[in-house]
Amino acid sequence: MSTSHVLLGLLAAGPRHGYELKRAHDERLPRARPLAFGQVYATLARLHRDGLVAPAGQERDGGPDRTAYALTDDGRAALDHWLGTVEPPMPYVTSTLFAKVVVALLVADAGQARDCLIAQRRAHTQRLRELTALKTAPGARLDEVIAADFAIAHLDADLRWLHTTLDRVADWHREVRS
Amino acid sequence: MTFLQARGVVRAYGHTPALRGVTLDVAEGEILAVTGPSGCGKSTLLHCLAGILRPDAGQVTWRGERIDTWSEAARSRLRRTEFGVLFQFGQLVAELTAAENVALPLLLAGTGRRAARTAALAWLDRLGVADVADARPGEMSGGQQQRCAMSRALVTEPRVIFADEPTGALDTLAGEQVLTQLVRLAREQRTTVVLVTHEPRIAAYADREVSLRDGMVDHTGLGLDPALPGGSR
Ligand SMILES: Nc1ncnc2c1ncn2[C@@H]1O[C@H](COP(=O)(O)OP(=O)(O)OP(=O)(O)O)[C@@H](O)[C@H]1O
Ligand SMILES: [Mg+2]
Repeated sequence: MSTSHVLLGLLAAGPRHGYELKRAHDERLPRARPLAFGQVYATLARLHRDGLVAPAGQERDGGPDRTAYALTDDGRAALDHWLGTVEPPMPYVTSTLFAKVVVALLVADAGQARDCLIAQRRAHTQRLRELTALKTAPGARLDEVIAADFAIAHLDADLRWLHTTLDRVADWHREVRS
Repeated sequence: MTFLQARGVVRAYGHTPALRGVTLDVAEGEILAVTGPSGCGKSTLLHCLAGILRPDAGQVTWRGERIDTWSEAARSRLRRTEFGVLFQFGQLVAELTAAENVALPLLLAGTGRRAARTAALAWLDRLGVADVADARPGEMSGGQQQRCAMSRALVTEPRVIFADEPTGALDTLAGEQVLTQLVRLAREQRTTVVLVTHEPRIAAYADREVSLRDGMVDHTGLGLDPALPGGSR
């Protein structure tokens, strides 16, 4: 994921310190992997070097963690360009799950491949339930609901694919045997 | 004593076997999803559990009593009072408006007209279709009819709700609204729900999932899943 563009986006509302950016990131993208402070400062340093952000005042005994950064005009333009660019819809299938299932079919017999698919289906189903419970809990925040929706849609797609593949493995097994 | 139970239920339509020995326990207050591919027997199982169809062999018990041997009249009384059924294909009364359809089970149970209409309107509102209260099924969209049928299944506040593909005609958000209402009601009133669906996303609203395959419980697949540890029940 493009952390630098997300940080630019979070700075669009006004200057912020690194620790505020980390907090805002984790709050706005609740199911994303939380940002490490080191990553925030490294990214800010890079954005500063490229002229996309600029220090906006420093507290007196300021180290780098005391500096607030603001979006520059170039930074705003870079953000707008990013937002205006369509994400390529799945140019490659980059999923460990997909790769593992293909490899399982290559090296394992149909029974083993089936066990691997069934175990995965269980794990996916369990996660789908957890996220559904989380999202339908009274008082769930919109941020949380939107993030859960995203995860649920993807788990649902994976699950459908796992179901279909399980049925195909059975066919394939029959073909190989006959 | 088990709440609702099927024991070795067998059912065929002519020479087509639909259920080939299904054994299943439903606990009071649980939300159970019944899943499986098209034609595996989900609707048939639901109809047997709800006392609509009689099994060819096996038993269905409700609070320890065999209901599969009851008369049609006794089973239909059970369906009017303790059970609420949402059929896969709507089954609203074509001549009645949405509000009249929803009020119908209350009127049959002896509730007064005004009170029945007020309750019907409240349920239509909760399911987001208050605006079609005075429309007849032929004047409603498929999704509106489905939500109207759901209101009708819920209006008597039954002990068990049998819902067959309750979101089949709905988009994601409308489906979510219907399921959220159903789950909320079930949790608040300790209502039991048997939810038939072929969609993993819908089954995820349940505490537990049973898959069928070729008229039997599929133990090798998801099978009888334990309830979520620390679930909200
Ligand atoms: N009224 C009927 N007459 C004859 N056969 C029927 C009838 N209803 C169902 N069947 C058959 O019984 C089997 C089980 O049907 P059922 O409706 O229970 O499946 P289902 O799991 O609910 O499928 P779907 O997901 O498509 O709704 C199927 O083979 C079906 O063709
Ligand atoms: Mg069906």
